[in-house]
Amino acid sequence: MKTLGAATVILIAAVVRATASFEAGPAAPVAPALLSETGLYAGEGTTQIDPRNRPFSPQYPLWSDGAAKKRWIRLPDGAAIDATNLARWEFPVGTRFWKEFSFNGRKVETRMLWRATQERWVFASYAWNEAQTEAMLAPETGIPDVAEVAPFDIAQGKPGKRHTIPGVADCRSCHDSARTEILGFDALNLSDDRDPNAPHAETLTNEMLTLRTLTEENLIYPKRQELIATPPRIAARSANERAALGYLSTNCGSCHNRESSIASLGLILKHRDGSTLTTTVNQRGHWVVPEAQEESRLINPGHPESSAIIRRLKSRRPSSQMPPLGTVVVDRDALDLLVRWVKEMQ
Amino acid sequence: MTVEIDDTMKYSRTYSNIVFPGIVFAAAILLTAFLATASLRAAGGGGEQLVPPKTPAGLTAQQTRGKYLVDTMGCHDCHTPMKMGPNGPQWDLDRTLSGHPETLVMPPAPILPPGPWIGTAAATFTAWNGPWGTSFTANLTPDKETGLGDWTVEQFIETMKTGKDRGKGRPVLPPMPVQNLRQLNDEDIRALFAYLQTLKPIKNRVPQPIDPPDSK
Repeated sequence: MKTLGAATVILIAAVVRATASFEAGPAAPVAPALLSETGLYAGEGTTQIDPRNRPFSPQYPLWSDGAAKKRWIRLPDGAAIDATNLARWEFPVGTRFWKEFSFNGRKVETRMLWRATQERWVFASYAWNEAQTEAMLAPETGIPDVAEVAPFDIAQGKPGKRHTIPGVADCRSCHDSARTEILGFDALNLSDDRDPNAPHAETLTNEMLTLRTLTEENLIYPKRQELIATPPRIAARSANERAALGYLSTNCGSCHNRESSIASLGLILKHRDGSTLTTTVNQRGHWVVPEAQEESRLINPGHPESSAIIRRLKSRRPSSQMPPLGTVVVDRDALDLLVRWVKEMQ
Repeated sequence: MTVEIDDTMKYSRTYSNIVFPGIVFAAAILLTAFLATASLRAAGGGGEQLVPPKTPAGLTAQQTRGKYLVDTMGCHDCHTPMKMGPNGPQWDLDRTLSGHPETLVMPPAPILPPGPWIGTAAATFTAWNGPWGTSFTANLTPDKETGLGDWTVEQFIETMKTGKDRGKGRPVLPPMPVQNLRQLNDEDIRALFAYLQTLKPIKNRVPQPIDPPDSK
């Protein structure tokens, strides 16, 4: 019944938007009604990826409850990314990104970010049909409970958990700060010096874009040979620290960065801002670990049990979980990594 | 319901739990309004202590609009602690809109038996417990460290529009009627913020929410 209900909702959304045009005209641009109309695939009736859409895989992927994810970027013909400011890449108008989410071997949703005009990025999520042949534009408010991500736990008596297709407001919550950001497509995440300990990192294939291929194919400018000679890498005192800082940067840094509307909280986890350690280690923070009121620190060296960041990553209760959206299942691998990192920090 | 609270807000417990049915948390607001009305009746229909402070001189049109909204939308119901007066519960105007008093350390919330009762509230109406855990009403005064003093109007707007702390953080918890507040237009939210910034700053660090049991 849930599937039927969700299908009805997306069908209505598709009908309402049936007249939507992918080409930006004088009216505000809107996303097409069907994923097959977005340019992801090579032609009508196929789910073969258009070869102009280039796959990539960030070295520090966002945790999405164990979803298998695929990502592609399409730059307008002859256009390139302006990387004059290495920390703030400017994508040409017309750029499109897609990210496909699968659970248990089935495609569940594909998200698209499209720079329709200089000022406007269009956010869209497409929900896959039962036959896995097409995905339809989800309503702006998203679609709850579309796929199981954790089964009912009989031993613990805990109910199962399901994936929700986020609404546009939730998408903007992470992607929009001072400006719209493409998370996961930046110098650090596309570095050819990949972190072997990054949780949930996918295997890099030859087709995937990296800093090297972007540079060699003139897809970014100005040409920066140093990106190939000395690719970006997190400087750290240990392998655990390198991976932990990368994980925090991707999973927390989209909100906790210097450009964010919550920068005044003083917690900066985006690696490019270079303040993760100074704003966390031995810092009290606004939120304290309930079981360690006095000892609680954002990161308490040697003491993961009184480190608020770890405690909140461990929670999936709305009042305390971090990140506050996009996940309903604790990332055990990442938690183990962060615990190892804090323990070694004596 | 009987409530006895002394001046230090360390209440002596002769109260029965205040409860509200279902996850429709707007009901909690209605209950609050009902009780406030009841106390007004008990007081003979009025009493200076039962109404918010008078408009300070010199409010701008925007701030006056904000005050009107604060006074009519029920903000005081939860954000100004109730105290026991001679005629029943009434707002503690020395703590106007300063949220749950930090001096009132709540004991663990009572565990309710299975059934339709779903939540409990402190006698102050500033601490609420239900399936979401325990929530404490926020300090809305412009105190820099503990209130809205370091907030920007944009953060306030985002909080109201998204139902998330500063537009990005944890959900704003029940009984805050976020569904209603989302309907406010930006102009009115700006007016609310403008008025709140004119209040007397009260240093009062409201506790963080408490997760429900068995939820690490």
